[in-house]
Amino acid sequence: MKHIAIVTVLVALLTIVTNYFLLSVGLLPVEASTQATIIDKLFNTHFFIISFLFSLISVFMIYSLIVFRNKKGQDEDGKFVTGSTKLEILWTIIPLATVISFSYLGAKSLAETRIINPQAMTINVTASQWAWSFEYPDFEITSNTLYLPVDNQVNLQMTSLDVIHSFWVPEFRVKQDVLPGENLVKELRFTPSIIGDYTLMCAELCGGAHAYMNSPVKVVSEADFQSWVDLESKADDLNPVQKGEKLVKNNGCIGCHTLDGSASVGPTWLGLSGSEKSLMDGEKIIVDDKYLMSSILNPNQDIVQNFSPNIMPSIYADLFSKEELEDIIAFINSLH
Amino acid sequence: MKRVWSIGIIRGLIFQLFGTGIGVIFFTTIRTILGLGWKTEPTIVVGGLFGAIFFLIGLGAFTDWWRAALGQEVLEPHEAHKFNGIRRYFEFTLDHKVIGIQYGVLSMILLSVGGSLALIFRVELASSGLQILNFVQFNTLVGLHGMVLIISILTGISAVSNYLIPLLIGADDMAFPRLNAFSFWIAIPASLILLSAMFFGGFETGWTAYPPLSVRGPMGIQMFFLGVYFAGWSSILGSLNLITTILKMRSPGMKMFRLPILTWSVLATSIMALTATQLIGLSFQLVMFERLLGMGFFTPSEGGNPVLFQHLFWFYSHPAVYIFILPGLGIISELLPVFVRKPLFGYKWVAMSSLAIALTSFLVWGHHMFTAGIEEYLRVPFMYSTLLVAVPTGVKFFSWVATLWQGKARFPVPMLFTLGAIIVFLMGGLTGPPAGTVSTDLHLHDTYFIVGHFHDTMFGGFVFPIFAAIYYWYPKITGRKLNETLGKIHFYLMTPSFLLMTFGQMRIGLLGMRRRIADYDPNLGFDSTHLLITIGGFLIAISVLVFFVNLIRSAKKGEIAEGNIWNSRSPEWSLLPSPAPINNYENREFRVVGNPYDYGLTGSKYVELIKSEEIKNEVES
Ligand code: HEC
Ligand SMILES: [Cu+2]
Repeated sequence: MKHIAIVTVLVALLTIVTNYFLLSVGLLPVEASTQATIIDKLFNTHFFIISFLFSLISVFMIYSLIVFRNKKGQDEDGKFVTGSTKLEILWTIIPLATVISFSYLGAKSLAETRIINPQAMTINVTASQWAWSFEYPDFEITSNTLYLPVDNQVNLQMTSLDVIHSFWVPEFRVKQDVLPGENLVKELRFTPSIIGDYTLMCAELCGGAHAYMNSPVKVVSEADFQSWVDLESKADDLNPVQKGEKLVKNNGCIGCHTLDGSASVGPTWLGLSGSEKSLMDGEKIIVDDKYLMSSILNPNQDIVQNFSPNIMPSIYADLFSKEELEDIIAFINSLH
Repeated sequence: MKRVWSIGIIRGLIFQLFGTGIGVIFFTTIRTILGLGWKTEPTIVVGGLFGAIFFLIGLGAFTDWWRAALGQEVLEPHEAHKFNGIRRYFEFTLDHKVIGIQYGVLSMILLSVGGSLALIFRVELASSGLQILNFVQFNTLVGLHGMVLIISILTGISAVSNYLIPLLIGADDMAFPRLNAFSFWIAIPASLILLSAMFFGGFETGWTAYPPLSVRGPMGIQMFFLGVYFAGWSSILGSLNLITTILKMRSPGMKMFRLPILTWSVLATSIMALTATQLIGLSFQLVMFERLLGMGFFTPSEGGNPVLFQHLFWFYSHPAVYIFILPGLGIISELLPVFVRKPLFGYKWVAMSSLAIALTSFLVWGHHMFTAGIEEYLRVPFMYSTLLVAVPTGVKFFSWVATLWQGKARFPVPMLFTLGAIIVFLMGGLTGPPAGTVSTDLHLHDTYFIVGHFHDTMFGGFVFPIFAAIYYWYPKITGRKLNETLGKIHFYLMTPSFLLMTFGQMRIGLLGMRRRIADYDPNLGFDSTHLLITIGGFLIAISVLVFFVNLIRSAKKGEIAEGNIWNSRSPEWSLLPSPAPINNYENREFRVVGNPYDYGLTGSKYVELIKSEEIKNEVES
């Protein structure tokens, strides 16, 4: 009995210390959405249970190993106890009850994170290897930066052009895979609550440059959001090169092609037009508009030396209008 | 030359090489006849397939079955000891002890290979930026690290169960010795094919091989699929054998509740392996077909559904987690009583908790898919079932603690690893529930937190226990003990390094470190933690190296193990000399007369030899 009393006190003490430690070292990133606050509440309950169970098992273990151990020179057997049905039932029932109440809490927490605000702003998110693109249907804007007005729920309608990706901003906590397929558009809702700059990261292995499939996320005040919208809406007055630049940035081309001459998954565009290129089949060509056009529309026709076929998506013929393609080529031509 | 040719494994390997060539020629001929040109991907698949079958033919795995099919005479397994000494380990040998060791050696080789792959990419990750690897290499290493170690674990538990189960229950061999040898040998071409993925362009998908990514990209993925497919056969056939052996071949008086407790966990594991492994084989086969034949099972633009794959895949791969750990937990329960000289607390509850874990493990696969976009109504039920696993797992922990309580613990190396296993597995267990409730998992999924969590469960549930088992039963295998000092160095180096590694992983995971990325943003501030993780990994590797030195050295120079060195009640220690004789309990038949773990009960016995007159009487009556 004396032993049990000591151990009980030790378990209680260690639980408090462990829990204090877990809460004070800053285990989680900033809570920058309403959902994060809800989820972190559940995290904290978890941390408490973890502290308690850790203390319970480890104190009992270490105490018996130290206090009851076979001392030097002894060779004794332990106490002959084969079990106790009462105890076994106890440590089946109590965990069972805990588990069920925890599941209940978990379900409630999930429900809270998913409360729908019918006024939420819809944004269409398109993921592709290895870039994100955001379309704001209300304003007819497409961007490669996710601008969000603070304290407003957003409703992301997400789809992928190729493989599975996953939308995750650690500060917002919530995560949702993004699947290819028209019938598999996935929804994610959250309410950013702190103005600031964040990074959206692809959390599902999507091959190649998965590590770099990031996009900036800017949570701004409503006024700033409005002025951003106004600025972007004037895009019609842009010249072809500027339009082309926007197109390639918003459609993932620069996930694979660089503009500064450095190597990446695909060839760089710096100084591309007018240059001489060796193709995989040994042929040499001079890059002109016709070549650029066919490289975009039928990527597997002419493969540049030292690069592989089947990496560049063959989807752009459907995606772009003729004018848009010309804008893109104008932009590529402007890179010297 | 002739001598070399007469060695089974070498013959097998040469056959595999030629078989692969024959497959390639065969397939190319057919394509040419049909007027089609060369196509690399299907050709290597057919080559791999032929190679594996030829390996088995060359080795002689089919010889006896072939003879039996022709009506010719084949030897009874216990008469068929064709080879002695070291030689039998390189042959199609039927003795379960030899097969157990063959599995064990394969497992340790794969452990070293899989671990080394990790060391390479850990160097890459030690600081941000890309230093030594490109993306495809990185992804290939990560994927192979996972799968090679999974096969190492599967062969490791087969090693333990093949060597020990017949000894523990007093059987003279496994129920189907030829099938047993076949299950082992198929794992060799399987491992080779799996590793060859590296040389066919690698693969980008990690060990989970999710389509549509696995449908695109380099064709190394096909070798990955094929290797896993064959390894699955090994697992399925092996478990069939174990279940039959446990149910049918126990010594007189060994009722189910008098089985050594390890047997219960092997039984539970085998039931899972026998019924779930097919699903990973089939899901991989479907992707294979999708790539080869253009059947769009999982590609939405062709009417498929990528989430379907994940259901099929996890329906095996979740139970697989318990397949990996249950035998380890059984080893913990088996060794604790010996070293605290006290009965296993609540034997029946511990035994039943293994079955309960096996059962619930079939109901929880959806928790890998909380963010995958599964139907809304599925997430909450899967959360309930997932957390439910905590109940039988808790029963195990509480029973171990109660076994330790007032026990006279002593601390030779096997006990150290047993205790290490409990602590590490506790860490794995405690970090499970946050990933089990849906809303918190939305944050944790696909981060390093998960990486840390499952390394804890795999080390606590397999690596530590298997080391405990090797230190404990090595003398039964070789007749010599492993060196205690080297063993202690191994333990005291590995345990803190391992904890450093996984705590580091979980810490940065919570803060936003994604899994499976070759490079990370230095602004996240993870560089120093990543460096520590890498250092931890290397220290573990060094400690395992110490262990290997010990294994090899002690086989010749170790202290002779005479008699019942651990003072254990179980039959392989109390009745058999070390090394265990070739026909197990021949002339030492025993009957069970008590409970297995009644340590501390004076005058009680677990097993007792049957006198030879009695055997005669039994035979006559
Ligand atoms: C998934 C990676 C990827 C994306 C996204 C991508 N490309 Fe490519 N691209 C490549 C690769 C790899 C090559 C080289 C192989 C080849 O010639 O097809 C290439 C080649 C090209 C070439 C020929 C370059 C040369 O040096 O001859 C052009 C032009 C091009 N891409 C334009 C685009 C445009 C425009 C977009 C966006 C609308 C785009 N690419 C998106 C990977 C990509
Ligand atoms: Cu991605």
